[in-house]
Amino acid sequence: MTDISALSALADPTRRRVFERLAEAPASVADITRGLSVSQPAVSQHLKVLREAGLVAGTAKGASTIYRIDPAGLGPLRAWIDRFWDAQLEAYRKAAEAEEKP
Amino acid sequence: MTTIAPSPVVKTVTVPCPPDRAFRLFTEGMGTWWLPSHSVTKSGQDKVVIEPMSGGAWYEIGKEGERCEWGRVLAWEPLARLVLDWQLSADFAFDPSLHTEVEVTFQPEGKGTAVRLEHRKLENYGNAAGQIAQAFDSPNGWGGLLAAFAAKA
Repeated sequence: MTDISALSALADPTRRRVFERLAEAPASVADITRGLSVSQPAVSQHLKVLREAGLVAGTAKGASTIYRIDPAGLGPLRAWIDRFWDAQLEAYRKAAEAEEKP
Repeated sequence: MTTIAPSPVVKTVTVPCPPDRAFRLFTEGMGTWWLPSHSVTKSGQDKVVIEPMSGGAWYEIGKEGERCEWGRVLAWEPLARLVLDWQLSADFAFDPSLHTEVEVTFQPEGKGTAVRLEHRKLENYGNAAGQIAQAFDSPNGWGGLLAAFAAKA
């Protein structure tokens, strides 16, 4: 259940700051650590959770990994809302058609 | 503070009636077409009310008369545009701290009306994550519905 973990992952304030840092620009663990008052292993741990939640993705660049936001992270929730409105507007359209029938 | 913004959900549908009737059916008539499977009342959906003014309430009345809030009216422009503050969390419970926006516009198209719906500020579901994370485990919540959908797909 990606959506559960995505939303739970962002409930932690430090993790959210890591996520917001990556929303500004892709960064390595060292880059992120410099801007936050948390240890590098702690940042790595937060990144692991965010990665497993599908919120961030890492790409290897030389010896380090560059992390960026996975734009599909809130995807399952968004996809659900998308289908929700499809169903509701279809019901609305049918009601409008029924009203127009003589 | 950086805003993490998933793109809004945008839908268009064309209905065969002119904008005035399309608008009235959408607002006054919401309870006649809204799928009762997405009811928030315990006794089941009887009426859906959108108070016809900016700042108005948006709520559902159950078959036993209980009232459940859905949100508020942010903009009320009769026959043309409606903006609603959607405050239902992931398990369809009213959460006064949650604000997402649903804008609906009505444009004449031939003899009918093009209705465009945009559900935006979805990132606020992320802000309310602490409160709704648990709700996702509920079988009636969006997570449950999503799981049911995924099981069929």
